[in-house]
Amino acid sequence: MSEYAIEMRNQLVGLFGIVERNVYLTKRYFLWDIAFMFWTIANTLTIVFIARAANLPPAEENTLATALLVGATIWAFLGIIFEFMTETVAWERWEGTIEYTFMAPLSRLVHLFGQGAFAVLYGLVRATILFFAVAAFLGLHAPNANYGAALALLALASVSFIGVGIMTSVLPLISPEKGAQLGFVAQGLMLVVSGVYYPVSVMPEWMQWIAKISPATYALRGCRASIVNGAPLVWANVWPLLIIAVLATPIGLAIFKVGERYAKKHGKLKRAG
Amino acid sequence: MSTIAPSTIDLASRLDREAPAVEVHDLRKTFRRRDRKAGRFARKRPWPALADVTFTIARGECVAILGQNGSGKSTLVRLLSTLLIGDGGEARVFGHDVDRDASTIRRLVNRVSVEASFFKKMSASENLSYAARFYGMTPRQTRTAVPEILGRVGFPPERRSESMENLSRGMQQKVALARALLTSPVLLLLDEPTTGLDPRSKLEVQEFIRQVRAQHDATILLCTHDMAEAETLADRIGLLDRGRLLFLEPVEDVKKRFGVETLEQAFFAATGREFEEENGDDEDDEYREVFG
Repeated sequence: MSEYAIEMRNQLVGLFGIVERNVYLTKRYFLWDIAFMFWTIANTLTIVFIARAANLPPAEENTLATALLVGATIWAFLGIIFEFMTETVAWERWEGTIEYTFMAPLSRLVHLFGQGAFAVLYGLVRATILFFAVAAFLGLHAPNANYGAALALLALASVSFIGVGIMTSVLPLISPEKGAQLGFVAQGLMLVVSGVYYPVSVMPEWMQWIAKISPATYALRGCRASIVNGAPLVWANVWPLLIIAVLATPIGLAIFKVGERYAKKHGKLKRAG
Repeated sequence: MSTIAPSTIDLASRLDREAPAVEVHDLRKTFRRRDRKAGRFARKRPWPALADVTFTIARGECVAILGQNGSGKSTLVRLLSTLLIGDGGEARVFGHDVDRDASTIRRLVNRVSVEASFFKKMSASENLSYAARFYGMTPRQTRTAVPEILGRVGFPPERRSESMENLSRGMQQKVALARALLTSPVLLLLDEPTTGLDPRSKLEVQEFIRQVRAQHDATILLCTHDMAEAETLADRIGLLDRGRLLFLEPVEDVKKRFGVETLEQAFFAATGREFEEENGDDEDDEYREVFG
């Protein structure tokens, strides 16, 4: 094998290693996952019940409830990706393995993408359970739903989410104490501007401009249209996600590398305590 | 060793055979930290962790660096393992610059630190498999390599699947040694590998280091504050004191140079202080300050 082929093979094995480790940890913390799932379902119900309180005719109530459920489900999915990415460094620091991971011959892109890949798979499983559990609980119907189009758009959006997540994952590296919290600030900002529970058009104009650069805006708009109205994959939602995906990952990686160098200069790349 | 990560073999064969394992010239690293006696809001001051350190380690050699807490041992190990960037000077591992050629060096180096850092809920086997993946070892390879290496360090087979958090400190340190050797490093950095171990575990770990030297073509840099351990394991002994390397010589030459019989006496002769009396601040304190 050529040197390049060996390197590619090793990086792929490394990526598998990150996913495999997260599978082990998920198995070990399975009860935590059940508790977290219960909490997410309860939280989503509190949002979707708003449609019941609106005193609409049954068909309109079903549409509003489904639209809210789509928003809550995609937000839960996005939240998991952000949490996994932002806490990539924080978890390793807490467990004490950070130095071993960062001195290993694994490229940072592969390291972070491995974490993102698991987050997407794990997030999809949770989001699917959440969606169908709440829909069954409230007796919601989506007879025209185009789940294939929604899933395809979500898969595309996941790449953008991982790219944005890489940008936030550097925060705990440069600020061990406050970095993760700053990641939640970024996540909150995205929640506000992306139209999770309301159309983007109701926000002030300057917020609508920020919504244009949020991948969640297009994912929510497209998935809602596909599940509520059975709309196919629409190019108007696809191309912005493609552009954000292409830009966010290299920018995120460049930011991470600058942060990693800063951490190495200032001795912050080490375990907690 | 039969358990060798394939990528490491490939790179190791391409190393410059003429280059020493480690070359360090005028290496400097300064942290900024507060004087804790001056209070929480005192200004940070420069604190030299390494000051113009120069030395060379030949391939296959075992060198021990002695020093107390805060002497700069961990900083040196972390610089050589590409986890820190120096402020000046140069460090090379098998001819590769630790800053510019970090990715090449990472394939050649592994380390064991004083804390056996693992995912605590995962088992010894799972932790080792995870670490091995970063070096290109597939599940098929680790299925045989992990039990083999754990057997070599004397880890009981029936405890391979137990969570790390249920293992004693000595057991965890054996797994840490197994992790370092699983990837067949050509430079092994041991940063206080036996600190905090009970006497029996300490002897077992030291015996294993001897075996590695005898059977495996590895260069070893052992940082310790245990003088007996340094004397028994190393070809040459260096003394790092407050960031300065005072000497690096075979133990007999050290004793001759100072006209003393023990390394404790040599430390006193070199520094004017008792080895035990020093209780300097560790580099880790700088980190705790970050969290504080």
